[in-house]
Amino acid sequence: MSSIDFTWLIGGPQGSGVESGANIFSKVCAEMGYQVFGKREFYSNIKGEHSYFTVRVANKKIHSNVNDVTLMTSFDAETLFRHYDEVMSGGGIIYDSDLEDVKTDSVRTLDAPFKKRLHDELESKNKPLTIAGVLDVARENGVSLFPVSFKSILEILSEETENPRLKGLVRMFNVIGVSLSLGLVQMPPDTLQKTIGTIFSKKPEVAKINQQTANYAYNYATAKFEAFDHSLPRTEKESKTLLVQGFQGTALGKIACGCRFQPYYPITPASDESVFLETNELLEVTDERPGSVAVIQTEDEISAMGMTIGGALTGTRSSTCTSGPGFALMTEMLGWAGMNEVPVVITNYQRSGPSTGLPTRHGQDDLLFSVHAGHGDFPKIVYASGEIEESFYDTGNCFNYADVFQVPVIHMMDKFHASSVITCKRFDPQKISINRGKLLEKVDGDYKRFEFTDDGVSPRSRLGMDNGIFWNTGDESDETGHITEDPILRVKMMDKRMSRLDLILESIPDVEQAVSFGVEEYSVISWGSTIGPVIDAIDLLKKEGISIGLVQLKLMHPFPSEHVSSLLKDAKIIIDIEANHSGQMGKMFKQNVGRDIDYFILKYSGRAMTCTEVYDSLKKIVQKKADKREVLMHGA
Amino acid sequence: MALKLADYKTDVHNDWCPGCGDFGIVNAIQMALAEMGIQRDKAAMFSGIGCSGKTSHYINTFGVHTLHGRVLTFAQGAKIANPDLTVVAVGGDGDGLGIGAGHFVAAGRRNVDMTYIIFDNGVYGLTKGQASPTLKLGEKTKSLPTPNTNSNVNPIGLAIASGFTFVARGYSYDVRHLKDLIIQAVKHKGLSFLDVLQPCPTYNDLNTRDWYAGTDLVDEAQKRHSRIYKLEDQGFEPVVHYNSEVEVNEKLSQALIKSLEWGNKIPTGVFYKNGLISPYTERLKDKIPNYLENPPAKQNISKNGVSNTNISKMLDSLEV
Repeated sequence: MSSIDFTWLIGGPQGSGVESGANIFSKVCAEMGYQVFGKREFYSNIKGEHSYFTVRVANKKIHSNVNDVTLMTSFDAETLFRHYDEVMSGGGIIYDSDLEDVKTDSVRTLDAPFKKRLHDELESKNKPLTIAGVLDVARENGVSLFPVSFKSILEILSEETENPRLKGLVRMFNVIGVSLSLGLVQMPPDTLQKTIGTIFSKKPEVAKINQQTANYAYNYATAKFEAFDHSLPRTEKESKTLLVQGFQGTALGKIACGCRFQPYYPITPASDESVFLETNELLEVTDERPGSVAVIQTEDEISAMGMTIGGALTGTRSSTCTSGPGFALMTEMLGWAGMNEVPVVITNYQRSGPSTGLPTRHGQDDLLFSVHAGHGDFPKIVYASGEIEESFYDTGNCFNYADVFQVPVIHMMDKFHASSVITCKRFDPQKISINRGKLLEKVDGDYKRFEFTDDGVSPRSRLGMDNGIFWNTGDESDETGHITEDPILRVKMMDKRMSRLDLILESIPDVEQAVSFGVEEYSVISWGSTIGPVIDAIDLLKKEGISIGLVQLKLMHPFPSEHVSSLLKDAKIIIDIEANHSGQMGKMFKQNVGRDIDYFILKYSGRAMTCTEVYDSLKKIVQKKADKREVLMHGA
Repeated sequence: MALKLADYKTDVHNDWCPGCGDFGIVNAIQMALAEMGIQRDKAAMFSGIGCSGKTSHYINTFGVHTLHGRVLTFAQGAKIANPDLTVVAVGGDGDGLGIGAGHFVAAGRRNVDMTYIIFDNGVYGLTKGQASPTLKLGEKTKSLPTPNTNSNVNPIGLAIASGFTFVARGYSYDVRHLKDLIIQAVKHKGLSFLDVLQPCPTYNDLNTRDWYAGTDLVDEAQKRHSRIYKLEDQGFEPVVHYNSEVEVNEKLSQALIKSLEWGNKIPTGVFYKNGLISPYTERLKDKIPNYLENPPAKQNISKNGVSNTNISKMLDSLEV
């Protein structure tokens, strides 16, 4: 089969079923053997504002989205106004023909800056400020238009099925849009029916009505729509493929690696992880009585962090999950955990700041903040996962690091992860090793929690352990944990704690610190979710005979200076790619490796990078046409 | 082997000011632990920041000296993860009712089975005597440059309104009575609160030991009257006996009214006790049936160094 790379976009008002429509589409494609990379964009709003989902589908491994949309389906005017120009030449738009006369001014949710840009564009092309106007532009761009009255589909269906309720059921528009799309690209219909059945398995009546509607719309598209250049035929399915959403990687990782306590406070985009854990709180444990994870919703993030530490002191693997503003509140406690050598994991799903920033949008703005979080000097680990599949295994590693080095671990994730839906290999929990470090099974004789040892790590008792009494304090302490202000003891204790940073660099395997995808004269350094678009962009360039190297940083603190430096020794030009304004990782790289960054490719519009725009910028760099600082802008 | 009072004392040097009310509280806690015979390694003392924060270092059980205002969060986390622990949290009134007031209210809603003791002296001692949340409006202790511009919070009233299910007040110079209250509080199934009046001899020159003793209140027969009295001596009945709205509201209201008494007559003893509200552990048990037998801290999470949690069903549901 020839190479298929197809991007589908569905949009609509928040609450109109855009997400469930995209779920059905993604699941059908994944069931048919395709690799899927889906991404949700939405406003900080419950109902009414524009949200959209792009689903990239390919018959090869993909790691990101592209700029061009192959097929867009829209049942509202706003989606057309906002996205008409993203559809590629040769692509198509399925739209509700009842909307053709809608004017931009009648769509209340079109914000002023966007509307002005749209008006300028339409006026420059002498088009009316209506749906007909934007569709005209699309047609001139080589886009095929597939008009259909969504309302009349419901009306006909209502008569055929003798179900008068169906006539006004506008929330079926999403299923109609999905089914028209699948019909148009000739995806075999049985999988659509099966997928709807699975998704609504708990509501057979809802499933039935959705299946009827899907069937009708699918047949409508195959019978009435003109031919389309793109199709998604049945393809070979790889066994053991998962369709997962970003937050499920860390959540499943936590369950598998024995996290049994997660206090949290609601915040976008982090809460989904905690809600998933609570939904799956009862656990099957091999050869043991059933286990559980206690998920506690607290009054604020300070409490979430305090409870997490309290749980960790009992020897329970404990974590919390938050985003920038919440993490900011946790930082005093982070220092306490560092001072008291408490293993906790904070999963930090970054979003775009500062302050409330763009609360539902993407950003990697909190790297430097996480590395420097907390007052005073204390050891901690900041660890960043690249792709969602990685985040499952990394979560297990983060808990091991916390236990072995007795430090707080900040696991950096982000909004791009959280609201991406992707296919990947089924997670293998047998690859999650569990190392509790110096956590004691029992205590004999005198016990000192902060005893000086050769490696700077003391045996750890837990609250309630026989003979294992210890004291903790946020003050400087002696070996038993009682307060001291003795200057000599202070220096010894500080040295003991901080020596952990060297131990971490010595002990964590190189491949867990930074990953090389090959180093070339031009080499990229990147981290976190941005890795996906970079991998795909480099792949595109390779096909044109342009080789670009890539090193992914994972251990962000303590910074693996020597390892990274040696990986990149043959690179002449270093390109830093990340999703923030100031090139935060680039700054750390310069500070730790002592080399300048030659080019920055940055994005801070709140939208994740596509591989297309990374490709464009990298190409400009190789052709020596780039600015030192390339700022990416794609995405509505 | 039976434990003696001395077993609950550490040899850490106690640096509280001479005459500090805190001594009485730490003694009462140690006496209560000894009298209940709680194993030292089954009890955990959590403390906040300030003079009272040092309490955990003076008691020979697990001791966790936390952060300003945050003691309840650490304590609840530990208790939920390991419900077999006896957990007592302590802190000053500034700690619990100023910076930590949000946690105080939230803790009441949860009703975790543990005890919270506030060392209530009206001042921030360790920062040299600023007004704390229980100091009355217009009062001027000796280290305040001008009289207090804030109204005071009513700790007993706030605890009742927040959902604490055992609410009492003690006096640090009546150690035996305080010890009895602590025992009742620890034995109560749910979140218990003790407001302990504790003169700060260095910074609070208004609510002094003599003031509480009523040396300034002399009747016609030249007899002094202590301001402190015990609710139980007046036949006050704080216990909710059955779960009806009328009964609960009556007990809540009378406790609230009593909590407003101040000045020449200050009530101590139990204001409110309701054992009919489910503690948090019971609420978790409703969701996680074997929570109490196999709580987070007791679970075995690995076999031969590898995960033993079976997530196949979760993965199956995501497999395409």
